[in-house]
Amino acid sequence: MHLELRGITKRFPGVIANDNVNLTLKTGEVLCLIGENGAGKSTLMNVLYGMYKAEEGQILLDGSPVVFTSPADAIAAGIGMVHQHFMLVPVFTVAENVVLGVEPTGRLGSLNIDKAREMVREVSDRYNLNLDPDAIIEDLPVGVQQRVEIVKVLLRDAKVVVFDEPTAVLTPKEIIEFFEIVKTLIAAGRGVVFITHKLKEALSVADRIAVLRRGQVVGEVDPKNTTESKIAEMMVGRPVQLVVDKKPHAPGEVVLDVKDLSVVDADGRTMVDSVSFSVRAGEVVGIAGVQGNGQTELVDALTGLRHSARGNVALDGMDITDASPRERHAQGIAHVPEDRQRQGLVGGLSVAENLVLTRYHDDEFSNGIVMDWPAAHRVAESLISEYDIRTPSADIEASTLSGGNQQKVIVARELSRPLRLSIAAQPTRGVDVGSIEYIHSRIIKERDTGTAVLIVSTELDEVMALSDRLLVMYRGKIVADVDPRVTSAMDVGLYMAGSRPISASNGIAS
Amino acid sequence: MSTVDSVITPLISAEQRKQARSVGFTLVVLGIVAAFVLGNRPGDAGFKLIDSYIFVIPAQPFARILALVLIALGAAQLLKGFGKWTNVILSIAAATFVISFLAWAASGGSFSLTGMLQDTVTRSVPIILGAIAGILCERSGIINIAIEGQLLGSAFAGAVAGSLLGPWVGIIAAIAMGVGLSAILAVFSIRYRVDQVIVGFAINFFALGLTSFLAARVLTDHPDYNILSPLRPIALPLLSDIPVIGVVLFTQTLFVYFAYLAVGIATWSLYHTKWGLRTRAIGEYPKAAGTLGVDVIKLRYRNVLIAGAVAGVGGAWWPIGMVGRFDQNITNGRGFIALAAVIFGRWKPLGALSAALVFGLAEAIQLKMSNLDTGIPSEFLLMAPYLVTLVVVAGFVGRSRGPKAAGQPYDAQ
Amino acid sequence: MKIAATFRKITERIARTSSFRITLLAILSAMVVGAFIIILSDIDKLQNGDIIGAIRTVGSAYWALVVGSFGSLRAISATINSATPLILCGVSVAVAFKAGLFNIGATGQMLAGGMAALWVGFSMDGPGIIQVPLAVLAGAVGGAAYGAIPGILKARTGAHEVITTIMLNNMAGFLVLWLLKTNLFQRADRTDPISKLVSAPGHLPRLFGFLSDRPDLVAHAGFVVAILAVIVYWWFLNRSTTGFEFRAFGMNADAAQYAGMHTKRLTVMAMMFAGAFAGLAGSAEVLGTYGYASQNFAGNIGFDAIAIALLGRSTPLGTLLAALLFGALQAGGRQMQANTDVPIDLIVVLRALIVMFIAAPLLIKAIWRIKVAPTSLGQTFRGWGS
Repeated sequence: MHLELRGITKRFPGVIANDNVNLTLKTGEVLCLIGENGAGKSTLMNVLYGMYKAEEGQILLDGSPVVFTSPADAIAAGIGMVHQHFMLVPVFTVAENVVLGVEPTGRLGSLNIDKAREMVREVSDRYNLNLDPDAIIEDLPVGVQQRVEIVKVLLRDAKVVVFDEPTAVLTPKEIIEFFEIVKTLIAAGRGVVFITHKLKEALSVADRIAVLRRGQVVGEVDPKNTTESKIAEMMVGRPVQLVVDKKPHAPGEVVLDVKDLSVVDADGRTMVDSVSFSVRAGEVVGIAGVQGNGQTELVDALTGLRHSARGNVALDGMDITDASPRERHAQGIAHVPEDRQRQGLVGGLSVAENLVLTRYHDDEFSNGIVMDWPAAHRVAESLISEYDIRTPSADIEASTLSGGNQQKVIVARELSRPLRLSIAAQPTRGVDVGSIEYIHSRIIKERDTGTAVLIVSTELDEVMALSDRLLVMYRGKIVADVDPRVTSAMDVGLYMAGSRPISASNGIAS
Repeated sequence: MSTVDSVITPLISAEQRKQARSVGFTLVVLGIVAAFVLGNRPGDAGFKLIDSYIFVIPAQPFARILALVLIALGAAQLLKGFGKWTNVILSIAAATFVISFLAWAASGGSFSLTGMLQDTVTRSVPIILGAIAGILCERSGIINIAIEGQLLGSAFAGAVAGSLLGPWVGIIAAIAMGVGLSAILAVFSIRYRVDQVIVGFAINFFALGLTSFLAARVLTDHPDYNILSPLRPIALPLLSDIPVIGVVLFTQTLFVYFAYLAVGIATWSLYHTKWGLRTRAIGEYPKAAGTLGVDVIKLRYRNVLIAGAVAGVGGAWWPIGMVGRFDQNITNGRGFIALAAVIFGRWKPLGALSAALVFGLAEAIQLKMSNLDTGIPSEFLLMAPYLVTLVVVAGFVGRSRGPKAAGQPYDAQ
Repeated sequence: MKIAATFRKITERIARTSSFRITLLAILSAMVVGAFIIILSDIDKLQNGDIIGAIRTVGSAYWALVVGSFGSLRAISATINSATPLILCGVSVAVAFKAGLFNIGATGQMLAGGMAALWVGFSMDGPGIIQVPLAVLAGAVGGAAYGAIPGILKARTGAHEVITTIMLNNMAGFLVLWLLKTNLFQRADRTDPISKLVSAPGHLPRLFGFLSDRPDLVAHAGFVVAILAVIVYWWFLNRSTTGFEFRAFGMNADAAQYAGMHTKRLTVMAMMFAGAFAGLAGSAEVLGTYGYASQNFAGNIGFDAIAIALLGRSTPLGTLLAALLFGALQAGGRQMQANTDVPIDLIVVLRALIVMFIAAPLLIKAIWRIKVAPTSLGQTFRGWGS
């Protein structure tokens, strides 16, 4: 099957997401669409999948134009899509999710769940995907959920399978397994498109790479003839520094001391299991690990957003285990949250109001009853210029800012005061490459002024580049404490998956 | 901290600890009430089951024993906790407390328990049907605050059409009204993306205003538009001969039988049909269903209209199943109690049924109490169903999770 | 001079917003539908084929609305009195909305406040300068206390305020009925549920008292309390620290928690503030309009208040204007019922229609073929659990 996108232009209010894009896909090859966040990759694939309607352009299937008015049309034409955020109903079983939309029925519309189970098992066995049809999605690890999505797509006899950021939430081991599955699909005569922003993966797996920037295709390259930095330059439009500049660190006294910390969630599950570690002044400690292994709950407990069930947290020797978020803030702890729109910002308030969101009760802005808005405004204006936050005014709603600028607001707010400890969770998630550079440099700058820094990130490259010491979390425990300069990404990946490298000489589980 | 510790005492979160404590306190308080209030009336209470058999409970000793048991349970809960048995223990405690209360109220005389149970089933009908309407909507992702308005509007339509053209036409008119009001909810919330709670409220005001307006303008001058004989109870052959249960469950009006059917059909359909799977999908994660080709919008419209029809029958219960007329604001908050039943029943038809029966019981008890001399002012008795709802929502429900996508308009783009 | 300039600035700002246009068209649409309802419900005239007569009823009904609300000093006085509790309850619902809470309990809170004010009113006998403010304040306290109940329930158990406030409304009604039959509250020579009279110095002074030949102008100082309440609300929301916390919490509870705000305390505070405003409405009615309390002196005001807050988008000025509109409709409605035989319940229908049309700007656009920015009333609902 030969699929062609010709002259696709898709507009949203205020922005052109896809600008006259031309692309061809063939079965039997792997095409990689690469570009930074907001370049238009997902939009393009959503047009292909019938979820969006393009203003201009055509889709041609084996030479003749087709029109997809809904995903049902695209599915019928043989296009399958595995979205970045899985389209799985968490409370349903695997079988229920897979057959939704093509349910086998009996009398009176009754659901033939046995047939559904059979259908799942058949595809799962054929492609070696190992799925239990009766497992409930929300109990399954992310790698398995992805396989459910793949079965969904194959059950509907997809000829071209599109994957949107498939490796974002996988461990290195699962990533390797995923690429094996891709090879199996190719061998079975399908075509694969995968969208990513990870340069290494594109180079290792793709047969062709198409680079998008600001909605346009800026070039197609052959992975055999190109390098990471060349692609990065095409993505951003200028040379990009991929390696973080870091002076060797000189750690001082212990600032954060965590002992035997355990956190239990509302359902009684132990999410953080007797964790102990410490962070010194002038040092960056990174916590690596796949999403869902307790990092979120750990950060919540360290910042006071969640009660711990057991254990102690001490800052400069002082016990803060039961301190409120405000008290911790006052003691000099900054928190850049992992979900900026849910936690870090109030979208409906202005940029200025957000810039004082965690400090509004300080004497400089409030006497307890009345707010001194002029003072707050002055501080906001100076932060906007110092941190280069791109906004037409300090009074517009924060929700109108781009992801990168929103993150800058949070970073400006949190890092612009004297700190003892800085906690940053997923600091560059959903942020454009230019802002990523900026945020990374600010984190190192914090470290160099003597603050203790704790970074939690699921991006292995990021956390290995920034950290002076690297911890790995798996199933709520810290399973490794290594020096990232002398440990390979592969070994860290094994820890993230709960295994041990064969040569465990430099990894000691505490 | 050794690992041995963590095996013996499972960790519980701070929230669970707090909840466990309030359950313990509640039990102790109930025990104290039982001891001092319920235990101060000597005499025997007769619970009449069938004409020939009266089950006698000596009020005072029963209350005193209950008090001791409750305080003991409360202490046990505070010290150790019952874990997953908590809800069962709480329900049994509550049930026994109610029995003791009835014994106290009836001490020295007797009352028909069977009659009270029969009343319970009858009075829970509009709440069950309202709740099913609510479940259908919420499971599809549409919040339905307008149950009250739907019940009220349908009651009016049923009364007038029933008076003019007979009870069966009345029921059809009520259904039509329910569907019509549902259509307003559907169109405004699906097509025009209005906040579903706002539309729901607007429909409630509208129904209240319109029915009161028409009642004042038309019905006072034309009383013949507002009088009909309600349907009589039908005794099901064989089943109604079973002692006690036969009277309570199988000697009821068609409305009751329809309510049973509705619960049964709703439960089976939601969990065993293609329609049910898709409905639950669009309530939890409509985008997922959309990406698989399910027409989310059409299914939502359909379900909301069906819900309207069910609510229509529920509204018809007042004029055609119970009192034979329409009065201004005859529903008086039952629609909101139905909403509470939906939440209490965790959005499952059977769960809502049990909640509706609890409220029906509160009403039935209130009716009986006004016949017995209890010394409680009638106003407090009338408060009973509302107070029960309040306690239920605060105590048993708390942080419950409904269909995840309920309340958010579906954005195909 | 300054007042005139501010007034002009305000009116300019209102007229410029597209939401003002939508409001106007929504009211118009509602009146049109209302007209149809009046005609179609006129069974007698329709049976006689008297269509013209039916249409003429619409004319007289709507004319009565206008005359009854603004057509004379007496009408204006009636409008003022009708609007007073609506303004206060509207602010009650609005302040709760700003904090992300749905206060349907204004009815019950008003009853609680009214009873508290009543008690002070008949227990004291002057001097007026102490008794009146004290009684008014008692109303606020009573309302705040009753509002605290659903607030505490939500903070501690997560019970959703939509259900708890409605239940509490019904319960308040029964409680008041019972209280009015007790010796403490019931008027000595009556057997029906009616309360003792507020002593003479305890009444809220009449606004038009200086016109000694117009005892029929019943507007009272409760209106002044209401206007002051709106100003306080404005100041609170925009200038106070807690007001900032309410706004942040109302928009994003997670971020508020992250920012260190005490979310449980804010929930209870918001409901107490809301209850206090509604309680003041109770004071105004008991001490001003009636001078005593009878069963159901709050009517169904809770629902009206919601409509008002929605219309006014919970802003201080918007809420005030919406309440004045509703007050006018109410005063006019009484005249309408007196002049024609159109029952005052039509007003409830009109209000519902206005809310529905306001809430659907896209619908208005479709009907009236105008260009409209898709400003909506936003999403008020945050899910049943918390």
